[in-house]
Amino acid sequence: MRQLKVLLKELLMYKSALVGITIIASLIILSLYAVITAPYGEVTRKWSSIDPWEDFPKNAMPSWVNIFIGRKLPETIVLDSRKVEPSTNKTIIPITGGKYILRILFTFGYTYDDFPSEVILRIFSSTTKQFTAQIVWVKPGGIEYIVSRKLLRGYEAYYITSDEEFLKKFNANLINKLGSRPNYDISINEALFAEEDQSILNQNTVTVLKGEYRAIVDVLIGEEDLNKVQIDAKLVVYGKVHGIAGTDHRRRDLALALLWGTPIALAFGLVASITITFAQMFIAAMSAWYGKSFDFIVQRITEIFMVLPFLPMLLMISYFYKITIWVLLLIVILLSIFGSGVKNYRAMFLQIKEIPYIEAAIAYGTSSFRIVFRYMIPKILPTIIPSIVLSVPDFVFLEAALALFGVGDPQAVTWGRVLEDAAREAALYKGYYYWILQPSLLLLLTALGFAMLGLALDKIFNPRLREM
Amino acid sequence: MGIAGKYATLKRLGKYLLIRGVAVLVTTVIAIYMVIIIANMGGFVDEIIKSEIQFYVYEAIRNNPAYRGLNKSTIELIAQEWIELEIKRIGLDKPFVYRSFNYLRDALTLNLGRAIRITSASGSKQVRIIILERLPASILLFTSIQIMLFFSSLTAGLYLSRRYGSKIDRIIVALSPLSSMPGWFYGLFLIMVFASWLGILPYGGIVDAPPPEHPLPYALSVLKHMILPTMSWFIAYFAISTYSMRTFFLMFSSEDYVELAKAKGVPPKEIERRYILRPTLPPIITQLALILISSWMGAIITENIFNWPGIGTLIWMAIANNDSPVLIGIVTIYAYLLAITVLLLDVIYVLIDPRIKIGGVSTQ
Repeated sequence: MRQLKVLLKELLMYKSALVGITIIASLIILSLYAVITAPYGEVTRKWSSIDPWEDFPKNAMPSWVNIFIGRKLPETIVLDSRKVEPSTNKTIIPITGGKYILRILFTFGYTYDDFPSEVILRIFSSTTKQFTAQIVWVKPGGIEYIVSRKLLRGYEAYYITSDEEFLKKFNANLINKLGSRPNYDISINEALFAEEDQSILNQNTVTVLKGEYRAIVDVLIGEEDLNKVQIDAKLVVYGKVHGIAGTDHRRRDLALALLWGTPIALAFGLVASITITFAQMFIAAMSAWYGKSFDFIVQRITEIFMVLPFLPMLLMISYFYKITIWVLLLIVILLSIFGSGVKNYRAMFLQIKEIPYIEAAIAYGTSSFRIVFRYMIPKILPTIIPSIVLSVPDFVFLEAALALFGVGDPQAVTWGRVLEDAAREAALYKGYYYWILQPSLLLLLTALGFAMLGLALDKIFNPRLREM
Repeated sequence: MGIAGKYATLKRLGKYLLIRGVAVLVTTVIAIYMVIIIANMGGFVDEIIKSEIQFYVYEAIRNNPAYRGLNKSTIELIAQEWIELEIKRIGLDKPFVYRSFNYLRDALTLNLGRAIRITSASGSKQVRIIILERLPASILLFTSIQIMLFFSSLTAGLYLSRRYGSKIDRIIVALSPLSSMPGWFYGLFLIMVFASWLGILPYGGIVDAPPPEHPLPYALSVLKHMILPTMSWFIAYFAISTYSMRTFFLMFSSEDYVELAKAKGVPPKEIERRYILRPTLPPIITQLALILISSWMGAIITENIFNWPGIGTLIWMAIANNDSPVLIGIVTIYAYLLAITVLLLDVIYVLIDPRIKIGGVSTQ
């Protein structure tokens, strides 16, 4: 305990160690937060399903980009008539002939500087009986469009954003109003939210009309259905930014994957590096202590493993057998325990073996087991602790690399998986930089944290380096 | 030392090399055999190929008008015969264990055979041609990167060892954590900045499409494509290799005999050349040799990220296509090169370092 205190005190003398410890500590806190707030099984299930992400925008940037670009990009607006909110209003209006109009009115303010990415209206009906519905869009200033008339039968998802019919009507209306139509392919999102003056005619000047918008869903129903049928609607105006990490092509919130990637990366890196180093050290100690044929066999096995190309073997195994991340960890360990480290440690142990106190230990009849574990291994422990810390990032990146090749665990939610999705969806070409930068930044922090701590430890444990 | 002494030394060296050679050969053979087993998934790849043959034969029969109108059992009979013939032709009729030794023999005699699915750009299915076609690209990029990295960090390390504690020295030490991230990772960033954002360098590939016709623009185009991968590796590995070279030289320059030479007034240049570089030569040569050998394999991840048509992308193609002959071919050549290098290094050690003795007797 006292030794630990001394070590810590010495460590804190290095600024880099302090930075390293801070980074690692924050990553550990983040991991704990992930483990406590969301159980792993639930997260993986949620990540691979579609439904929970229905109301999330597609490929939205993180919200904090607003600070940097100086424009307010839209957040997602969700309005649901099944929830009691002041923004939604459900009324029944009697008309002639025993017919009624069920009116769902959505009201929302739109004050963003950019157009939304998508607008979807979902209408839920409790029966499969057919109804007529009319959807009206009211812009600030009372500009009103009948967007569509629909025949409802049960559930209906109306993708307003891809309704070409409405666009034709809109363009015709613009010609009436302004005398000409836009000189570019105006999108429906722009049609729904743009200011309708000369500015709309040019792609560079088209601006958002800020103010209070209304969307009205009118459903024509008969008296007999008035109390039997439950009709509701949900209007989602998808934004261009979301949360602290943005979303991916399947609308999934990247924050979840980045959060849960942390404990997985740390566990993978730490377990691999600690197990491999200790296993190699143990094998080397036995090999050096027992010598003779045991040593010979160990040396030859090590050489065989040095010939085997590590990454191709690992890729092959994970591609063929579609293994989970924990089996992958096991295979990484198995392929590495006879790695070149065994040779280095063996050389160290061969020197230690000649130290007089080992001779003394033999003289008073200590068991081989005790000599290996109590006298030899502790002797080189200080030199290997830095290398354990330093090799943690190697394994974190190894997992990420395998994921990039698409041979990672399809169930696991890791930083590598996020990178893989981004690479597969050509995020770099499409300019979704956040998608690549965020997992990369976490990988970078992990690597730097362990490297800084490891290098400082190296200087402390190997004083010869310190003078240099 | 007399002629007899020299003769005895040669004899010892020969005997030592023979024993080492046998040991290295045995390990190489076992390693190659292991790769054969894994690359064939312990025989499972055969099952995949067999089911593909079946599919192919039935498809061919169904699409061939000559077989139309025959009754089902006749067609079944024809199909079975055809499938058996096909299986025999590829050699899958014998058990996997038996064949695995055939593969081993072929691999060891460098009779690399034919690829299952991959074809070379020239249309050949010969594994040898496929590998040879990819080899120049890998050597051009990674061997050059490694040689540049090695010599630049060697010179920089030597320079810094003379003035450790200086500003540049501290900068290099401070930059060494950069190496905790692999080269391909920096590749991603570099592509993002120089290809995607600035648009001044290509995303990847080896040459513009369509390739320039004249050799000079062609070479320039290739060079342009080499910039980003080279940069990514330099960012990743230059600081740490300079740092370790410098530390390495520092350790040697604090040896007693160096101090003695200094005290005797030997000029610094002379000290560096004769007292520091000479004894550090064996490990440096080993490092260079091993780096060059492994650069032959390209770098799977970097090549894939930069879409570089070298051995690394070939390895991944072979894995993704279950093309075991190609994989075995690459690994075998690598294993041979490694074995030869290890043996050569043993000889070189003896030649360049008078302190290394073989069988107890120095060569000098």
